[in-house]
Amino acid sequence: MSVLIYAENAAGKFKKSTFEAISYAKAIAAQNNANLVAISIGDVADDELAALGNYGAEKVLNVSNDKLKNFVNQAYASIIAEAAKANGADIVVLSNSFSGRGLAPRLGVKLQAGVADGAVALPVQDGGKFTVKKNAFSGKAFAVVELTSANKVIALTPNSYKIVKGGSAAPVEDFIVEAKASDFKEMIKDIVRSTDKVSLPDAEIVVSAGRGMKGPENWGMIEELANLLGAATACSKPVSDSGWRPHSEHVGQTGIAVSPNLYIAIGISGAIQHLAGVSSSKVIVVINKDAEAPFFKVADYGIVGDAFEVLPKLIAAVKEYKASA
Amino acid sequence: MSKILVCISNVPDTTTKITFTDNNTQFNTNGVQFILNPYDEIALARAIELTDGGKGSVTVINVGEANTEATIRKALAIGATDAVRINAKAHDAWFVAYQIAEYVKANPFDLILTGRESIDYNGSKVAGMLGELLDLPSVSIIKKLDATESEATVEREIEGGKEVISIPFPFVAGCAEGVAEPKIPNMRGIMSARTKPLTVVEPVAVDTLSEIISYETPASRGQVNLISADDTAKLVDLLHSEARVI
Repeated sequence: MSVLIYAENAAGKFKKSTFEAISYAKAIAAQNNANLVAISIGDVADDELAALGNYGAEKVLNVSNDKLKNFVNQAYASIIAEAAKANGADIVVLSNSFSGRGLAPRLGVKLQAGVADGAVALPVQDGGKFTVKKNAFSGKAFAVVELTSANKVIALTPNSYKIVKGGSAAPVEDFIVEAKASDFKEMIKDIVRSTDKVSLPDAEIVVSAGRGMKGPENWGMIEELANLLGAATACSKPVSDSGWRPHSEHVGQTGIAVSPNLYIAIGISGAIQHLAGVSSSKVIVVINKDAEAPFFKVADYGIVGDAFEVLPKLIAAVKEYKASA
Repeated sequence: MSKILVCISNVPDTTTKITFTDNNTQFNTNGVQFILNPYDEIALARAIELTDGGKGSVTVINVGEANTEATIRKALAIGATDAVRINAKAHDAWFVAYQIAEYVKANPFDLILTGRESIDYNGSKVAGMLGELLDLPSVSIIKKLDATESEATVEREIEGGKEVISIPFPFVAGCAEGVAEPKIPNMRGIMSARTKPLTVVEPVAVDTLSEIISYETPASRGQVNLISADDTAKLVDLLHSEARVI
């Protein structure tokens, strides 16, 4: 038996969430005395493919042709399912990224597999039961799901499993698979990817701001702090609803759920819907002028003060720290 | 575009404090207000816009027991043409997708929309599973949807950006913020919702692939460490030396 990990790339480079998913898949393979096979689809350099071995992959399957250079949901799912069958993989692991959320359900159907998406911990295998802990109620709780099917698909939440290195370069094989024409109905016309900004779901540090910032013209300080920390910027729902910031920055129950190492909330009171989206952050810092703001109840560190007074001081302190580090 | 299907779920209101009973094996629905899933409201709003002015019809479909009918009537009040309820508890995404796919095989649609995920189990799986079961393209998380007679252009969310995809009908898509503004039902909508057709269909048998066996709530954090507004350097130092996150 083996475990198959789909190693997702963005514009030809593997992402941090991919290395997390491989490390996670390696631990599952070890639980089962199984081999770990990785599959990459798209245009990735050979040495980068072989380097997946450094995270535990014993073999790397490479699928590369012009039609598959960019993500085509249906075709990618067909290829990964074929690779699972060809390699006797009964567990398929991928990242619960935006693409992963497209692939996991299709793979579940193709392989007649139970799907645990949004997994946050290693499976527990006990007395013939295979259970996975996953996000539920938009961060307000976790559900422990038993996958009762023979095949299993697990999609790992980004930032929820530590990257583990160990192993050496792996052999890379071309994986040839006949793609169905009906898998290529969709056509990518354009890809817009900002390369200078940290993507919110992957970010280790998030600087988030709310209505306390009074208007979009005041976001310069938020961006400056985020740049200094290598952080992604985010916002509360009222801010994106008012059009001050794009919807893609809205963190909370009806926006994006994040689990960074550090979440800094500035001028956000902490409505239950917002707290749901950030509750799995490892450390939370809250800056708010209202000492009674509910956000302080779930914060690790807090400063009671006006954002317009605290932020310049915080930016100066971070600059000083960076200069001395 | 003549016929659009919008898949809707009945979920706890966003303000709900989530608790469990029976040794953390059951979600405690006591006192919980259930609503139309917020992302499904976005899908429904766009479907109504696309068929506006007699250009087509919008059917909403829900897999649920009789207690979901208030949510279905809300969707009809917002502007859906008719509704279907598949009379079964929504066991998991696979069960729901399978039931809806069986219905669609007998009653084809030009476009099938879902919300990007339900706010209870956060799966974003039904759109992809429907696509696979019906051999249709699927796009799991879209933030824009424009349509011509024969094809649509959607924007798919990706990390740090977007993809613009053209896609022929029929297809399945999961709608996120940006696709449309949710619509509030007006009095005429509320009155007419009572008499719009709601068909109840019995479920078909399907293998079980997963089962929720228990729930956990997040570990509570300790007391907040409050730092003086004049001492931001101390905060930075604590984040470095104590929390070890910078």
